[in-house]
Amino acid sequence: MSVGERLRPATATRRWVGLGAATLAWLVLYQANGPFWDWLVYRMASLDPASRLGSGVHFFFEDTVKIGLLLVGVIFAVTVLRSFMSVERTRALLGGKREGVGNVMAAGLGVITPFCSCSAVPAFIGFVAAGVPLGVTMSFLIASPLVNEVAIGLLFGMFGIGPTLLYVGAGLLIAIVAGFVLGRLKLERWVEPFVFETRLGGQVIDPSAGLTWEDRIQMGVEEVGVILRKIWPYLLVGIALGAAIHGWAPEDFFTQYAGAGNPLAVLIAVLIGIPLYSNAAGIMPLVQALHDKDLPMGTLLAFTMAVVALSLPELILLRRVLKPPLIATFVAVTGAGIIAVGYLFNAVIPA
Amino acid sequence: MIIKILGSGCANCVNLELVTREAVADLGIDAQFEKVTDYPAIIGYGVMSTPGLVVDEKVILSGRVPTAAKVRELLESLTS
Repeated sequence: MSVGERLRPATATRRWVGLGAATLAWLVLYQANGPFWDWLVYRMASLDPASRLGSGVHFFFEDTVKIGLLLVGVIFAVTVLRSFMSVERTRALLGGKREGVGNVMAAGLGVITPFCSCSAVPAFIGFVAAGVPLGVTMSFLIASPLVNEVAIGLLFGMFGIGPTLLYVGAGLLIAIVAGFVLGRLKLERWVEPFVFETRLGGQVIDPSAGLTWEDRIQMGVEEVGVILRKIWPYLLVGIALGAAIHGWAPEDFFTQYAGAGNPLAVLIAVLIGIPLYSNAAGIMPLVQALHDKDLPMGTLLAFTMAVVALSLPELILLRRVLKPPLIATFVAVTGAGIIAVGYLFNAVIPA
Repeated sequence: MIIKILGSGCANCVNLELVTREAVADLGIDAQFEKVTDYPAIIGYGVMSTPGLVVDEKVILSGRVPTAAKVRELLESLTS
């Protein structure tokens, strides 16, 4: 019996009361987190807030709990909201759309459609078989991992609404432009031929249809468990590295090499980020620690995007339907978009 | 009945098969399991989000791993 089944309440009233109580408990824990570790680390354990050990230890515990809470809240809310959308519905909306309008819609839908990268191949074939242009399909495939719900939640919790909106806007822009460019390049000859021969058969069923509120809430609870089980090692490594940087890295070490003074910083950050396979949860603690060391936001956002948008496992999956030159072009165009956005932000946001 | 699990071998497909086998055992149905991992064949069923569950050539679920209770419900409505 899954957690969701055990949690399933008997009546609608109990369900909403339960949800309300959980929300309240979440808010209280979130507010109490900082003061609690101040008390435990600085008062009870008598570590000096100004010392490396003290601030490093405090950063590790406070961030672990804070990020854990943010993830639980964001994953639950996003899963429930996304249960109203589906890849099937998105494909129906995109069918017959021209390039341009299609790219804009595909990028937006890529953000709100529940999508697992393990479904990238069937979704790609399904879109193309339904007559969605290649470039429009690419906009969807770029936006979906790039504008990541975990990253949105964590950015909002750590840096506030400004950087979060910048991240979402930049991600959409990259997906629209990169998809449009890829469409213009007429790369159909580098798609495996079987894709164009495949026909959608059977009756397409929409997974988002016919769900009750109980189903949606249950899906939210289960998704929290699934994602946390999957990402916790990345998260702990990320927070530990963040704590080490926070407490031990010399104040000017990073600004010297990757600060506003180095014109190649964004380029290098993106080139490091592309092969790095982690996820938003593992990256964000690092980003926060580096931000505290005065690294510019554009460089950090570009690094985050490079890590989450382009990952080796997804590229290997896509190899089943795309030939290597198209995969290389896909990585190059998306990477170039991320680099451009990084420089743009560094130019417009004062460090 | 013939039950097909659609998907290219990711964790979700394994989980779907587990809960479906559980549901089948609960109901005491005589069922034969098959895996469909070939992408054109999966699309042939109209499934774009894996995993998918096909019973006697009819798609009854796709895009998520349900609970065993949910599968039991779906299978019951098909057999009765």
